[in-house]
Order: sequence, then C-alpha cells, then structure tokens
Amino acid sequence: MSDDLRKIIVDGEEVEVPNSFTLLQAAEAAGREIPRFCYHERLSVAGNCRMCLVELVGAPKPAASCAMQVRDMRGGPNGEPPAMNTLSPMVKKAREGVMEFLLINHPLDCPICDQGGECDLQDQSVTYGRTGSRFPENKRAVEDKEMGPIVKTEMTRCIQCTRCVRFITEVAGVPEIGMIGRGEDAEITTYLEQAVTSELSGNVIDLCPVGALTSKPYAFNARPWELKKTETIDVMDAVGSNIRVDNRGPAVLRILPRVHEGVNEEWISDKTRYAWEGLSKQRLDKPYVRENGKLRAASWGEALGVAAEKLSGDASKIGMIAGDLCSAEEMKAAKDLADALGVTSIDCRQDGAKIGGGARQEYLFNGTIAGIEEADAILIVGANPRTEAAIINARIRKTWLHNDTQVGVIGEPVDLTYDYEHVGTSAKDLAGLKKKRSGFIKILKDAKRPMIILGAGALTGEDGGAILRAAGDLAASVGAVSEDWNGFSVLHTAASRVAGLDLGFLPGEGGQDTTGMLSGGMDTVVLLGADEIDMAKLDGAFVIYVGSHGDAGAHRADLILPGAAWTEQDGIFANTEGRVQLAFRSVFPKGEAKENWAIFRALSDRLNKTLPYNNLVELRQKLFADTPVLGGIDHAPGAEGAAEFDAKSIGTDGEVGDTPLGSAVSNFYFTNPIARASEALAACAALNDAPAAVAAE
Amino acid sequence: MSVRRLAKEQPESFAFNKKSEAEIKFWLAKYPEAKKASAVIPMLWIAQKQEGWVSEPAIRDIATRLEMPYIRVYEVATFYTMFNLAPVGENLVQVCGTTPCMLRGAEDLISVCKKRIGKQHEISEDGKFTWVEVECMGACANAPMIQLANKDGDHYIEDLDAEKFEALLDDLAAGKKVKFGPHSERNASEPHGTEALTDPSLYDGSKAKPIKLPNTEKEEG
Repeated sequence: MSDDLRKIIVDGEEVEVPNSFTLLQAAEAAGREIPRFCYHERLSVAGNCRMCLVELVGAPKPAASCAMQVRDMRGGPNGEPPAMNTLSPMVKKAREGVMEFLLINHPLDCPICDQGGECDLQDQSVTYGRTGSRFPENKRAVEDKEMGPIVKTEMTRCIQCTRCVRFITEVAGVPEIGMIGRGEDAEITTYLEQAVTSELSGNVIDLCPVGALTSKPYAFNARPWELKKTETIDVMDAVGSNIRVDNRGPAVLRILPRVHEGVNEEWISDKTRYAWEGLSKQRLDKPYVRENGKLRAASWGEALGVAAEKLSGDASKIGMIAGDLCSAEEMKAAKDLADALGVTSIDCRQDGAKIGGGARQEYLFNGTIAGIEEADAILIVGANPRTEAAIINARIRKTWLHNDTQVGVIGEPVDLTYDYEHVGTSAKDLAGLKKKRSGFIKILKDAKRPMIILGAGALTGEDGGAILRAAGDLAASVGAVSEDWNGFSVLHTAASRVAGLDLGFLPGEGGQDTTGMLSGGMDTVVLLGADEIDMAKLDGAFVIYVGSHGDAGAHRADLILPGAAWTEQDGIFANTEGRVQLAFRSVFPKGEAKENWAIFRALSDRLNKTLPYNNLVELRQKLFADTPVLGGIDHAPGAEGAAEFDAKSIGTDGEVGDTPLGSAVSNFYFTNPIARASEALAACAALNDAPAAVAAE
Repeated sequence: MSVRRLAKEQPESFAFNKKSEAEIKFWLAKYPEAKKASAVIPMLWIAQKQEGWVSEPAIRDIATRLEMPYIRVYEVATFYTMFNLAPVGENLVQVCGTTPCMLRGAEDLISVCKKRIGKQHEISEDGKFTWVEVECMGACANAPMIQLANKDGDHYIEDLDAEKFEALLDDLAAGKKVKFGPHSERNASEPHGTEALTDPSLYDGSKAKPIKLPNTEKEEG
C-alpha cells in the first residue's frame, strides 16, 4: 500500500500526514489530544469504546477516529482537502453521550478504588462527564473473576474496552482472557477463571483504563499522589527494562514500566513488577559474625576488622564471586581491591559460563533487542527466552506475528508462545547444523539478517567454550555477521554480567574461575551478592557475604556485610545488548546497610590499600577511564565493529557434548534473592507448579 | 436475556458420535484449513444436537479440533442464546415474547408454561420439558408462536392460544406426534378466511408465459 502524504484540515489547521495514519494519529500529529479508552498504540484497533469520536466535515455522524484511516476521508465538493473537527460542540456533545453511557453502569466507588488518581475514566469524566445521572434503572453488577495472584479484579468497574483481551492474545501470546456473554451481560474473564499463565500478565493492570484490573499485592497500599517516583532500571534479568520505582518513605510500594522503544517498549515482566515485595523481606540490616556456628550481630568496625584480617592472608587462596544483581561500580570497587591485594581469583560468572575475556562482540546481544524486528530468521540455541528474558520473547513473538520471521530452536522444545522449528536438542545438533543442506540451515542462509540467539545457560558446561565456538562458527557461515548487521547474540540472564565482563571481573593470571573456587582449596571467599552457587562446595573456606538479602549466601556466610539492594543505591548496569543504563536510588539502604562500593572502599582503608576514590563520582570517573565503553549511556553498540569481529574463532576449540541443552532459568519467578523473597512471585511459582501436577495425573 | 454461565455440573468427558462426525466432516469441508475456526458455530450446534446442550468438555473438544484457544469457543457459546449451556428437557419450548406475539397472547402461553412446566430454564419434574422466553423468531403473522426443539428437529408451532397450547403440551407429554406449523385453519401466513391463492391453476404451471431474459438469445420457459 502506498503511504503517500495527504493534506487534511484538523480544526481549521492544515496538516500533511501519511495516508495510513488513523484520524487519531493525524489529530495527534496536529497537536490535538483525543480521549480514548480502548485504543492503544501497541495493540490492534478495537473501536468499541467510542470515546475518540471526531466530527468529519460533511459526514452526517461523528466517526471513531481510532478506527478510520486518513485515506478513507472524503474531501469537499470543490476539491477541498478533507476536514475534521476535534474541538467542535458536536464532538463534545458526542463524547459526553459516550461518557454518560459508560458511567451508567460504572460504580461511583472512586474513593475506595486503587485506580483513583490515575484513572483514565476519572480524568476524562472531568472534561466530558455530567454532574448527575439520568439513569433511574437498576445498575449492572458483575461477579469478580479470579485471575491469579497478580491481578485483582473488580469487574463491575469494567467498561469492556478489551485491552486486556488484546494484550494477552497479541503481545503475551497466551489467549486465556476473553469477553463472554453479550450486550449488557458482557463480562471479561479467563477460561473457567483460571490464573493467566503469562510472565507478562501484570501489564494488563497498566493497560486497564479503569479500576477493573488492579494490582493484588499493591491493593489498598497507597494513593499515586503520595508516592515519590524514581525513574530507574530493572535488574531482574539482563534486559534492563526501564522502570519507575514508587516509594512512600522507606518502603518501595510498586514498580511500573517506563517507555523505552529500544528495550522494553512499555512492558515489564511480572518478576520485574513484583520484585519490590522482596525488598522489604529477608533483609540484612546489620553486620553479622559467625560465632560457634551461630550468626551474631556485630558493629561495622568489628566486622570490617574481621574481613580485613581474613583478606590480608595468602592472596592466591582468596576468591571473589560477583552475583547477578551487582552494579558496575561495586564490581569495580571489588575488582580494584582484589587487584590491590594481588587476588586474581575473581569471577563475575557465578553460573560458570565460559564466556568473556575477548572482544565485546563475543558476549553481547549484538543483534540488539530492537534489531530482533529486523531479523528475518532467528535460531535460538540453549535458551528459553520466555523465562530468561520475557520481554525479549515478546519482541520475538511480535516480529514472528507481523514480519513472517522464521524461528528455530536448538534445546528444549518448550512453549514459547509462537511457532518454531525444533532443529535439535543438543550442542551436537548445533555443531552439525552447518553441514546440513536442507531444513532450517537453508532458511538461515537465505535470510538477509539471520540472528543466532545463544543462551548463556548453554555455556555453563565443560564444553561451554566449544559451544560458543560452534555458535560463532554457525553465525559466520550463515552470514549473520556482516558490515552493517551482527546477528550473533548472546542472551544473558544476569543484570550484572555484561558490565562485569566489560570491566574484566574475571580470573587474572593464575586465578581460579567460579568452578575452580568451588572445587575447594580456598581460604577466604567473598560473595558479592552471589547466591546461585552450590554453597556446600565452599566447604572449609571463610565466606564473606556482601549483599542485601538473607538467602543461600548469607546462610552459609561466616561474615555478613550488609549492602544495599539495587533500588537503594545509584548504579550502572549494562544489559545483554551492551546498553549501559543508569539506575537511581529510590530509598536508603535498610538499617546499617551501606552502599556496596562503599563497603569495599572502607575495607580497602582497613587493609591500607585505600582505593583512589572518595565518592561515587570519583569512582565513576575511574570506571570510565579504565573501561570507556561503560561511559556510553543508553547506547547499544549493535553492529558496531562487526566488520572486525571474527565470529569463527571465539570460544575454545573442542568437542561439544550431546547432552540436551537446557535453559539457564528453571523457575522464572525464583532467579535471585530479591525475587525469592517476594510473596506474590512465590504465589505465582506455586501456581505454575500446580497445573503441571494436575496434567501429569 | 440474563448472564449466561456454564452449568455447575458438567460431564467428565465428551465425544462426538458417528452421525455427528459425518456432519462435522461436511462443515469442515466448507472452510479452508487455515480458516477452520469459522466452523465453530456449526460445531457447537452439532454438539448441542447430539447432547441437547453444550457442555464444558464439548467446548474444549471443539476448541482442540479447530485449533482455537478454549476461551474463544467459550466466548461464542456464551454469546449466542441458541446454545443451551445447561441440560434441557426432552422438549425445549421456546416461546416468543416479542411485541407482536405479546399483543396476540404470548403472555397466556407463558403463564401456561409456568403452570405446566415450572421456572424458565429449568427442567420439568417429569424431565419432558424446559421452556424459555425468546426474542422475535420472525413469524409475527402467525403470532403467538413457539419453537419446539426435540428429537424430531426444530419446528415452529404457530397460531396458538392457551387452550391449544395446553393440548399440545399434553400430546407431547404423552409422546404423540404433534402438528407443526399453524394450529388454525391456515396453511401458512395467508390472511384468515381468505379465498386468495387457493386456485389450483396457480400451481400447475399453466399460467406461466415464456419470457425473454435480457442479454441472452435463449427463451426461458
């Protein structure tokens, strides 16, 4: 279809807009605001709320501007450009009529409604609502529906915009919400009131223009105007979703998405949304020292003294493992301290992935998240993007739905919400794919922009390096790496990983990696929020845990130095595509807990190896000087340097195994200590396990 | 109309029988493979003809066959009032209650229903009847009327009054065959007591004249 520009008149003002624009988009291009309930930029057009009515000059009736295109407008009788009015008395009257109908059955319970203060219906009724009701009949009441542990329903408030139905069907890809009945009795429900099985289900709360679907864990907690809003970054996965953290006093009360077209569009996963519940539970709020097998609260002075004593021992027998939620600054401080002490056994890959150390392209999601939409063939290797990065999975689904992109999977044949070709299960299938002549390899070779998504989980085994090589080799041979396109994409699961690899939080000369440190022989191990390792293997070592939550690491620790969670300190995170983003402090650390970088700075003072920075600004200056890539805020390198990138020779030479490639994330809701402390996520996880048990009967 | 819900008590399972399978084949053949979801209404109808109502296992079975999400079939089944979401008696009596029938005595029929059968949507004690009030079925010239759905199919029974209707229900209860169509001297919807349209020559073809169809050489008889 041609997308020619067309001249139209909006409220007497001439504008030129593409033919394919809807009247609503055209009006917005002309600077007019059109009220709407059912219309949403990222969903299909339903046209059922009628709030966006505009007047078409010459037409007998108002038209729903969201559902009519500029190309369908009719010009005047003498060849005048078509005209519409968005501010005329007719439009106002029409919208007032619509609003009156919507309010007929809408309860007047704003004072007890969680949507109050941020409700589209409330806001728009200020302009278009009547003072009183002319409806003396009985009002409609609707039974509330069960939708799971996240979405609270109050269905009498529903205005049947069907945004939730369209979101779950189109974006989330699990068609489980629908509208049953008809007319006055139409109701939104899930099939037989089962919980929605999507990792993105929380987004229907944001989409709901009224208070019908609200957040269950946040119910009756706060009013939006009481909250302080902090625009920051999510760390629950390596996507780096842009979020807004709302707090009242010291308590974080909710997390909402922000729009970032390059990363999360405007969706966030349920884990991101409900991580805040974990921020107030299981917290480490003062230093602890283990005495006779029991942890005893201690002062900072005492705790730092113990730590300094242990860290001044034999440097070759000291190790440091950074966890998944660390900011670049704290890893930098820890690394600088390690360097000063001569400690070389440091690792930021607590899962033991064989990646990093080389060029940046080797470990980045070079295709970029937005680039997924440009790819015409995608091969997913050893990853379940649905659990590892639900937002990226939604992007893949989006391009599969709209662009006819072909998807193949090597690994577990799980439900990814879109159809794919199951190419194989093991790394052997990956290595052998290049030699095949037909099947998915042909699709990849014929593709202009093929993308290979390699899950970090595939690299944790002994043959991780060889798998990396095999994936790189395949990428090179199908032309996934060219001058303006780099489709070799590593999907990380840890928010800290890319920054950690960037600043070289990796074993130095003679140093041990995570696997090495876990095979015994260490005197002292510092765990920087690292909880996903097998603590039993640290047997014999003195474990210093620096972190925010009482989880596996703190349970094993001999010394606990309480740190800040990511909402309690400013920090730099690089997401899986290498996009460096800034997280900001929303609330202060709990109790006596300190910002993590400052703990290492204080420790260095005790060890007489004072780190050369006194505040975060100085630390960042050093960080950017040593690792310039971390200074490029909100920049995803993508295909930069692809021409020099030799994908064939990354990783290590060797035989790949034939064990099936699993996913790095077995339980989506429990991937880190903060998520594990969240009640809402625990309820989701319990529900996730339950249907499987029923199905197995 | 009222809120429509699935029946509380549902059968364990559902399977189409041989006769239904043949009908399904016929209906599925009408749509391209990629658009087979179009057959959802015929499929629900076939299920209802087989069992008398649409059960939850039937909804799932149809969804699986048509590769639709359960909720989509559920939406359709609850949207159309012609689908019974709960079991009905041997004879489903659908009384038209829309204005023309109401003016011609539908309310009398409804009170007969209430007396003889019981509450709307509920099966009578003997299991032989269920009655519902429905909207206009397009037979206003023969008001008041009912649609009777039983093992013999779906049929209009028209030109009723309370007495005739009671007699009809008696016959149905006794298992007798009943007359479909108008229960008056009329054959169809012609005016009462008319002589019009009774001349047999109207129907033997003798009055037909050859005509010339436009743009053809052929003469049609």
